Amino acid sequence: MTLNRRNFMGKGAAVAAASLAAPMVMADGHGGKPKVVIVGGGAGGATAARYIAKGSKGEIDVTLVEPTRKYYTCFFSNLYLGGFRDLSSIGHTYGTLASEYGVNVVHDWAVGIDRDAKTVSLAGGGSLNYDRLILSPGIDFVEGAVNGWDISAQNAMPHAYKAGSQSELLKAQIDSMPQGGTYVMVAPPNPFRCPPGPYERISMVAHTLKANNPTAKIIIADPKPKFSKQALFQEGWSNHYDGMIEWVGPDFGGGNVTVDPAAMTVDIDGDVIKADVCNVIPAMKAGRICELAGINDGNWAPVNGHTMQSKIDENIHVLGDACSQGDMPKSGFSANSQAKVAAMAVRGALTGSKVFPAKFSNTCWSLLDTDDGVKVGATYEATDEKIAKVDGFISKTGEDASLRKATYEESVGWYNGITADMFG
Amino acid sequence: MRWIYGVFLGFGLLGAPAWAEHDVHAIGDAEKGAKVFNKCKGCHQVGEGAKNRIGPHLNGVFDRAAATVEGFKYSKGLRRAADGGLLWDLEHLDAYLENPKALVSGTRMSFRGLKKQHDRANVLAFLRAYSDNPQNIPEAAPTAVLSEVKLSPEILALVGDPEYGEYLASECTTCHQKDGSDQGIPSIVLWPAEDFVIAMHAYKTKVRSHPVMQMMAGRLDDEEIAALAAYFGNLE
Repeated sequence: MTLNRRNFMGKGAAVAAASLAAPMVMADGHGGKPKVVIVGGGAGGATAARYIAKGSKGEIDVTLVEPTRKYYTCFFSNLYLGGFRDLSSIGHTYGTLASEYGVNVVHDWAVGIDRDAKTVSLAGGGSLNYDRLILSPGIDFVEGAVNGWDISAQNAMPHAYKAGSQSELLKAQIDSMPQGGTYVMVAPPNPFRCPPGPYERISMVAHTLKANNPTAKIIIADPKPKFSKQALFQEGWSNHYDGMIEWVGPDFGGGNVTVDPAAMTVDIDGDVIKADVCNVIPAMKAGRICELAGINDGNWAPVNGHTMQSKIDENIHVLGDACSQGDMPKSGFSANSQAKVAAMAVRGALTGSKVFPAKFSNTCWSLLDTDDGVKVGATYEATDEKIAKVDGFISKTGEDASLRKATYEESVGWYNGITADMFG
Repeated sequence: MRWIYGVFLGFGLLGAPAWAEHDVHAIGDAEKGAKVFNKCKGCHQVGEGAKNRIGPHLNGVFDRAAATVEGFKYSKGLRRAADGGLLWDLEHLDAYLENPKALVSGTRMSFRGLKKQHDRANVLAFLRAYSDNPQNIPEAAPTAVLSEVKLSPEILALVGDPEYGEYLASECTTCHQKDGSDQGIPSIVLWPAEDFVIAMHAYKTKVRSHPVMQMMAGRLDDEEIAALAAYFGNLE
């Protein structure tokens, strides 16, 4: 094995104790325990690592490859922009996964996958063997998706659609906007991570500006005729931030945008706007490792909803934003839900543990203003064709304040729950 | 949730997983629905560039409030139904397609309706693709429906004896025609066994409301239902 041990954060008792091979182990030439490598330590990858390690009680060797030592959740990063959370409150480390669950946590970039040899190569030079590989890399941006913008412009015009330093940068830019200045968001086309995310962000930016910079303006250039929870957001904007927010849909040229990061201008269908902050959220695709693995069809990696296995390679499972699976929105909740199905399937395949029919759920909460929370959610089941939505609910417009407050409080409880489910 | 006690024995079995059964299914078969839609085409357009004609275009019809397509002049009847809160969800679309004038008296839609449940399911599956996708708008309408009753895998796995079924069927054929004609009484021949079994258990457990069928199904045990499914499912 050519593992780079220096990168390991720790190894738990479960890993140290060399157990006898389980009766149904498919060692596949590597010898020893079956090996699962997981790329990406977010809502999909961290959850899968924990569930496989916990469920297999040391029978499976689990390695999690994640470049950052501190992971900032994208969900609730808008609340940081609104001043409802500290950045530190959405940062998480992998210590418990390593020490309590025996997950080998490798802080490195996965840069290549050899599907025939079943190895993952790392930027640091090492390589990892796997019997099953789980890819949960989240999103990357489609090159050339927004005229005038590329990733080198992300400091002038941040996306803040991967949380952490980008979120800090955007918050600092908002806080230093001149009085009466202009915040422009270039919203992404479908499908993208977190359908209500851009619009919750607008609500949170408006909340911050209303307190510090009440004459500021917010403009959203949107290529989509319709967006998630639209009626709820628009009602909330008019209740809380009347006159501050202008949404420019495709009928008014919202899909025809060119940005100039040097001049800090945004051209929306020929109308050139001087922006004090320009938040560009480009079109998205699966994290690049999926492309490198050769398992994409277009921008995303198609999977079988019963097991989350890639339709191109059954030894690879793809979770969360990166996969195309059917009806589930790309969200942290979805990734967490899919991770449990994949963990069950992987354990079943490698150690013969019981496998039950896949079922999934998702709920997306959004905060409109202080104590004004809304939600949308659904349940899903795997059909042979896809993951299909079977039932759902959404908050209503005109709900009373106590219900909205309870919805917000529920979202905080959910945040604590899902992060515990991910990181232990 | 129906439990399936399938176990993966190794990579080799993945091609033939234990998931062949599940208790959720697509609304219908969209490809077949495209053919059914030929009956609607004279008045309705759907798809890119669809316009209002004799009837309104049908893009985004799922979960749309009734009588809200811009530029279409609706009948008084439909406007009245819309004022009463009519929403085009799966259930109401299905009822409207079955008998438009029964759901909305005074509608101008002069169509006598699709009497066959599977025709309605298929055309609705076809139309569903022209409404919002739940991946993009999570509040969009479902794309699949749950089976009416949850049955254990043991019940669904029962392989019925068609000879026994033929014997039992004599009670059914008093009303249901063996040749599949369905004047007033639905046809029950050539159904997939699973659909037959689920329907019978839905009556047996009073999930379905028809009093006669509740009574008939109530006397049948699991083996007998499976036998009837095997018999009616394979009639020439």
